[in-house]
Amino acid sequence: MLSFVAQRIVKGVIVLLAIIVLNFFLIRLAPGDPAVVMAGEAGASDQVFVKQLREKFGLDRPLPEQLFIYVKGILSFDLGFSFRQQAPVSKLILERLPATLLLTMTAFAISLVLGILFGTLAARWAGTWLDTAITAMALVFYATPLFWIALMAILLFSVTLDWLPSFGYETIGARHTGFARVLDIGAHLIMPAMTIGLFFMATYTRMTRASMLEVKRLDFVKTARAKGLSDRVIQRRHVLRNALLPVVTLAGLHTGTLVGGAVLTETVFAWPGIGRLMYEALIQRDYNLLLGVFVVCSAMVLIFNLVTDLVYRMVDPRIQYSA
Amino acid sequence: MRQFARQMLRNPSGLIGLIIVVMAILVAVVGPLIFPNSPWRMVQRPFLPPFTLSAVPLGTDALGRDVFAGIIHGARVSLLVGLVSTLAALAVGVPLGAIAGYFGGRVDDALMRFTEFFQTIPSFALAIVLVAILQPSIYSIVAAIAIVSWPPVARLVRGEVLSLRTREYVQAAIVTGQTNRWIIWHEILPNALSPVIVLASLMIATAILLESSLSFLGLGDPNLISWGYMVGAGRTVIRQAWWITVFPGLAILLSVLGLNLVGEGLNDALNPRLARQGR
Repeated sequence: MLSFVAQRIVKGVIVLLAIIVLNFFLIRLAPGDPAVVMAGEAGASDQVFVKQLREKFGLDRPLPEQLFIYVKGILSFDLGFSFRQQAPVSKLILERLPATLLLTMTAFAISLVLGILFGTLAARWAGTWLDTAITAMALVFYATPLFWIALMAILLFSVTLDWLPSFGYETIGARHTGFARVLDIGAHLIMPAMTIGLFFMATYTRMTRASMLEVKRLDFVKTARAKGLSDRVIQRRHVLRNALLPVVTLAGLHTGTLVGGAVLTETVFAWPGIGRLMYEALIQRDYNLLLGVFVVCSAMVLIFNLVTDLVYRMVDPRIQYSA
Repeated sequence: MRQFARQMLRNPSGLIGLIIVVMAILVAVVGPLIFPNSPWRMVQRPFLPPFTLSAVPLGTDALGRDVFAGIIHGARVSLLVGLVSTLAALAVGVPLGAIAGYFGGRVDDALMRFTEFFQTIPSFALAIVLVAILQPSIYSIVAAIAIVSWPPVARLVRGEVLSLRTREYVQAAIVTGQTNRWIIWHEILPNALSPVIVLASLMIATAILLESSLSFLGLGDPNLISWGYMVGAGRTVIRQAWWITVFPGLAILLSVLGLNLVGEGLNDALNPRLARQGR
């Protein structure tokens, strides 16, 4: 078990290094000489200042050395400076990280719970109107752009019905404390979390349904039936448990897409997370910040993949740790 | 072929998908010829509600531009980007997957690590970064979508090639001294085609979603109108004018739904064995 964990961590670190190197070359691809751009952003573009900047950031040194400096910087969590926001990139990201984690984790839980529930129902009543309805619903949500679900939710629940707040993390100036604050944040969280949740729910519904139907035909289910177990027990203990494995794997692999969903949803709902930060960086063409967010997102996905992988192996004892 | 067509037609959802896709293609090809009005031109007063004037059936946006014209002209961009970026992703993924599966060993290992690397990176975030850095244009959008969507192709093709390589007719070709390239192109890939076709149709749908998301964030080609751009532009005035965001979004939803249905129909028709399992 331990050697397996170590192996996975080493692999993750290698991928992270590769992403940082990719990032380094992406920065070099950005339009303009970085020193001139930085000087311009700082509001003083005379020759002396540009030269100083070049020396400070090592831009006058050979490329491999620059790469080394860059990698070293990122590993000590120095992601550069955002001249537009007048703050270190790492500080900006850390400020916004909790909101994004709250949003994506809630959305992830919603999508898994609803997806498995609907998928199980559809498989249990395969071929009936319920199955058709669930499959159709999953197909529609699977084909709907995330940002459009978000806007339609605002149109329905904020503009027409006036039930839920349409933007932000909590009511500005309300100064709620304790439980009232939790409720306030919850009310702001429902729509963004449901937006991402519904989109991914569609995938998990389809996957659970297909997987349940496949497991249902296997011999051990027939054996269970022959033993005279009730349908409910067979569905829950034998079919669902085995059918969930591919769904959990898929869900773990989906965290990368979850981040993409966060960018769109946070933009629409003005949710103060790193997705929104990425959008702000994009609009202001703040490349340092943009690539900083990108590296942090990639690292988050790597960590999450590692965790799901470990959980998965614990849930399913058949998998060898050395694999 | 005839049996394939019959299979496809017997499947009601596949047929619905096919009708939607054919209609979308028709709109994209002939629409702009029938409605030559530029979607950028002001034709009426701003915020004209839909269904009030027959000349502007879906109303106008904040600058008095025709929403209907935008949807017609936007179809071209969405479908074209979807198609071209999928072709580009296939052009990268198919050879890589074929080489990995055919040669195996270290080549396979190296290529698959490379593929996994691209699968780990959050794809939408990478697409955003790429388009922002290369500057938004139809070319950078196509390139970015292709770069984030080729890995599944490579993995699929690799798997197919891996199993086809051991077949007797491939062994026979090796014995008769055919070159590796000839064997891959003429013996193996044609037989690995059907799952690739299914995947490609689903990829076009995903590519359309990606393109619309990029344009929604303001990363669209500034010279071309697209559905995602229209939704993004209407977002800030959604309280006054719902129609500016609703109709282009419906257009995206319908085309993506149609393509997904076609993909599933193709899957059922091309792999009948698998299809029956799903029932």
